Parts: sequence; C-alpha cells; structure tokens
Amino acid sequence: MYKKVLLNYPDRPNPHCLAEYEAGGGYQALARALREYQPEHLIQMVQDSNLRGRGGAGFPAGLKWSFIPKDSAQEKYLCCNADEGEPGTFKDRELIDKVPHLLIEGMAITAYAIGAKKAFIYIRGEFSFWANRLEEALVEARQKGFLGRAILGTDFELDIIVHHGAGAYICGEETALIESLEGDRGQPRYKPPFPALQGLYGCPTLVNNVETLCCIPSIITRGAKWFKSIGPEDSPGPKLFCLSGHVRKPGVYELPMGISLRDLIEKHGEGTRSGKRIKAVIPGGVSAPMFPEAELDINMDFDSLSAAGTMLGSGAVIVMDETTCMVKVAKRIMEFFYHESCGKCTPCREGLEWLVKILRRLEGGQGRQGDIQQLEEVCAHIFGNTFCPLGDGAVMALRSVLKHFPEEFSYHAEKRDCVVNSGVLG
Amino acid sequence: MNYSPPERVEPGDSTAMVLRNKIKAIAQRYPEQRSALMPALYLAQEQYGYLTREALEEVAATLDLSLVRVYEVATFYTMFHTEPVGKYHLQLCTNVSCMLLEAETLLAYLEQKLGIKAGQTSADGLFSLAIVECLGACGTAPVMQINGDYHEDLTIEGLDRLLGELDV
Repeated sequence: MYKKVLLNYPDRPNPHCLAEYEAGGGYQALARALREYQPEHLIQMVQDSNLRGRGGAGFPAGLKWSFIPKDSAQEKYLCCNADEGEPGTFKDRELIDKVPHLLIEGMAITAYAIGAKKAFIYIRGEFSFWANRLEEALVEARQKGFLGRAILGTDFELDIIVHHGAGAYICGEETALIESLEGDRGQPRYKPPFPALQGLYGCPTLVNNVETLCCIPSIITRGAKWFKSIGPEDSPGPKLFCLSGHVRKPGVYELPMGISLRDLIEKHGEGTRSGKRIKAVIPGGVSAPMFPEAELDINMDFDSLSAAGTMLGSGAVIVMDETTCMVKVAKRIMEFFYHESCGKCTPCREGLEWLVKILRRLEGGQGRQGDIQQLEEVCAHIFGNTFCPLGDGAVMALRSVLKHFPEEFSYHAEKRDCVVNSGVLG
Repeated sequence: MNYSPPERVEPGDSTAMVLRNKIKAIAQRYPEQRSALMPALYLAQEQYGYLTREALEEVAATLDLSLVRVYEVATFYTMFHTEPVGKYHLQLCTNVSCMLLEAETLLAYLEQKLGIKAGQTSADGLFSLAIVECLGACGTAPVMQINGDYHEDLTIEGLDRLLGELDV
C-alpha cells in the first residue's frame, strides 16, 4: 500500500495551518538542510534522487539547479510556477490549498541551494483564494523565523513574493513567466540564453513547478535513495494525477509514478460514470496526444508515455466515453490553443486560427472537400516552426485525434453529420 | 460576493493619491518597480471599475512608464478589462473536461435566463457572461467563476440557486 508523501495529512482538519504542518514534522527538512548540508550537497542530493520536473517537461530537477552559476556576483532568483493552466490539471491548487507550507519549505531549501535571497510564486490570477492562502502561510512562516533574515539562526535570508498572473496560459512557459513577472506581455523569449544564466532582470533564475518544489523536503529528510525507490528509477517519486472527464470518481490522486493508466482510471476512478465504454484518454493535459481505449495498459511515467508517442505532461488524465464526438473535442482543444496563442510568431498565431475555422465548419456540418487534408497541411506548417512549444503542443494534440479517429472526421466531412449522433459507430 | 461599486476618481484627487500610494508600496517589494505593473493594474481596476484611460494614465504616471507600455500589458491579459463589465461577471469554463460534463447546456441556459449571449453585458449592467478557458478545477467540472469566486460541480438547479442568491 502506497503511503502518501505530498498530500499526507491524516486526521488533521486544518493541514494548511503552520501548527498542524509542524506537528506532522514540517520545517524539519529546512532545519536539516541549513545545518547539515552545504548548497552543493543539496543539489547533488536532488540530482541523485532523479526527481524530474512536474510542470510538464520532465526535465531533471537537480540538473536544472546545477546550471545556476555558483561564482556569479549577480543576484539569483527562484520562481515557483503556480500558473496551473494546462486543461485537465488541478493538482497545484490542491497542494496550495492543503499544504501551502510544504511549498514554502521546498522553496526555502531550493533558494538556499541555489543562493537566492528573493523568490516569487507566480500564481494564476483566477486562483485569488489560493493566493490569499499562500499570503497567510507566508505571514505564519515569517513569524516563526522560517522566512526573513537569519532563518533558524543561520545567515540565510529569504523573502517570497506572491505575484498574480492575469489569465494567460502562455505564462506557464518559463520565459513568458519571467517576462510577465517583469511587467511585460507574457511572450516567450528566445533560448539560449536559458533562464539559469539570464532570467529575471537578466540574472540567474530557476523556475520550478509547485509539485516539483513540494517533493524537495522529503528528499532531504528521507534521502535520494528512498525517493528513487518509488516507481521507475529514471522517473521516480510520488505523483499527483488529476482525473477528470467522464470518470465516476474524478479528483487528485497521489500515487507512485509509473502506475498503470488502466488501474488509475478503473480502480481509482471507478471507470466511466455512465458505465459506457471508454473511447479515448488524454494522459497529460490537452497538449498530450490522446489514444484510444485499446492502449490503456501503459505506465504513467515520463519515459513510458514518451516511448508511446505521447507525454505525461502535468499528469492530467481526461477520460472520454463512447458518446464523445472526437471532432468536437479536437475543435475545442484547438479553440483553446488559438485563444491562448500569444501572437508573437506567425505559424502559431495564424495557423491556429485556420485550424479552428476548418474544425468549426466540419463540426457544424459545413465541411468542405479537402478539409481534412488542409488540416494536415496547416499542422505541417506550424509544427517545428514556432517560437515556443505551444504551437507544437496544439499540433500534436490535433494529429493524435486525426490519427486515431479518422472515420469521425471523414463522416463529418462527407455526410455533414456526426457518427456519434447518427449512431453509425459505437 | 466581494464586489464593491466603482468609485469615480479624477487624477490628482485624494482617491487617486490613495491608489498611487498603494502602487508605490507594492513596487517597493520588487527588485525593479516595473514588476509592479500587473499588481498596479489590478488595484486600478478595483478602484475605477475597469481600466479607463484615466486609470491607465494614473498607473503609467505612478510607475514612470509610457501609456502605451501600460496599455499593451492591460490588453494582453484576459483578466484586465478595458471595457466596463457587469456587477456580476459570470465566467463559465467550456474547455474539454467541463464540455464533457455538459457545460454547453449550462451556457445555453444562462444565455436564455439572462437574455444575453456570451461576451455580452446585460442592459442594466448587472450581468456579464463570458466563456473562459480552463479554470484549473476540472475534477469538480463544470466550473464557473462569479467575479473572483469559484462555483464547482454545477448543475442547472445549482445555477438557479446561485443566481437567486445574488443581490440584484
């Protein structure tokens, strides 16, 4: 039986309060990190743990930390990415709601490891309730000397600022987040230089997701070896999976990395709420290519999903039963990306509008000869030609629907009707 | 609902001074004051009701930024409004997880009940209805925000109850 690490607060009514967090051993990891370890040891521990970033890309966290220059005279900054916006994802909200101090403790340890004295939590603007929860937790932490000057009697100091986004998905991309934090439009920057060398205000900057930072305290107290023993060794650790869509028991599930997708949906989510068959599943937020029910026997970790041509992304699983029109799903996903395109580069800005126009007419029964071919052509013009991964993500998502459900698109194009409504299939 | 009616302020009067002081206090927390632009826009929006030309000018003057710089940021983010919005801003998510659980039925119901289409504000200025992208609460879909507050696991009956509780 897996014992929760992140959302671990048995029988405590107010786990977000400092007193209860401390009662469960909270801030002991910070104390140990400051007293027993040099920053470079902490970076080595996180590298040894094989922790991979939970925001979507799965980049090795310790390696990312190690890119921050150690001998630079410049200020260094830590930014927590709490701009949770990948459709299907609602795990960081849960962490902030239940254990805001776990995040603050993880950030304090991380800031110490990279030599940052100032840190930011960039939280999506809609989460104002949870931003307030963080502000309250920060006040508590400052009062008890876990933040501020001379933390726990050492010469380490840290201030954390909560910065509210204002409704732009693209700000979850780390260079767009930095632009936004500097008071600009959230448009991605060219890389290189990477933020580790030139990030916020041109200074070395580390950007990590909420869940990634929440993994840090347990790595310090229980060790890299323990962390690596949870799930597959190259992609280990506790993982929050978000289940939504046509599933009977949606929600955030903390489970070991690498569990079977079928078990996640059927055992934990108890299958579909209608009892009908599953048609398709998106495994990691709408940017992640979807696949049909036949491919559900797959392990939920970065490498397994990548090998299958999709991605773990943010761990957001969206379940669709057999009543779902896949053309409509494709249209809605493309409307999302079109709306969220920052407008900086042409293939994304113009291409996504074309895709939306074609999909809207296909779905609405106004499809034209050659529409499906045109979708594929526009995809080819976007993919690999955009400034940031948003355009690629949109194309990968659309291509996966076209690949697995071509008959639904051709039915819409030829019969100007939907296979689901007409009852031809399923 | 944490809604307060917009106060009329003119640049230079005491209310504008209060806004300026609040913005300056926030700006001091950041290593560079330009980072205070988004918090300043939120404050100005709260004060003026929406981001009027005067509000944008006030922010620009306080942070020593050009008006166009402030305007380009104000128009990039969906949560900043350069047009008036209703007293109650209904923002319904119709992204995939919400769509699968009939968000479009709720949208049609709201449009019919309020007599406005998505993207419009009622003539009496009470309601604005908007379709929004994922609100990050997909486990409790369908989801809608009324002003800043989340309402989850929505149904038609739930919508009726919510709207009935509003002070109109």
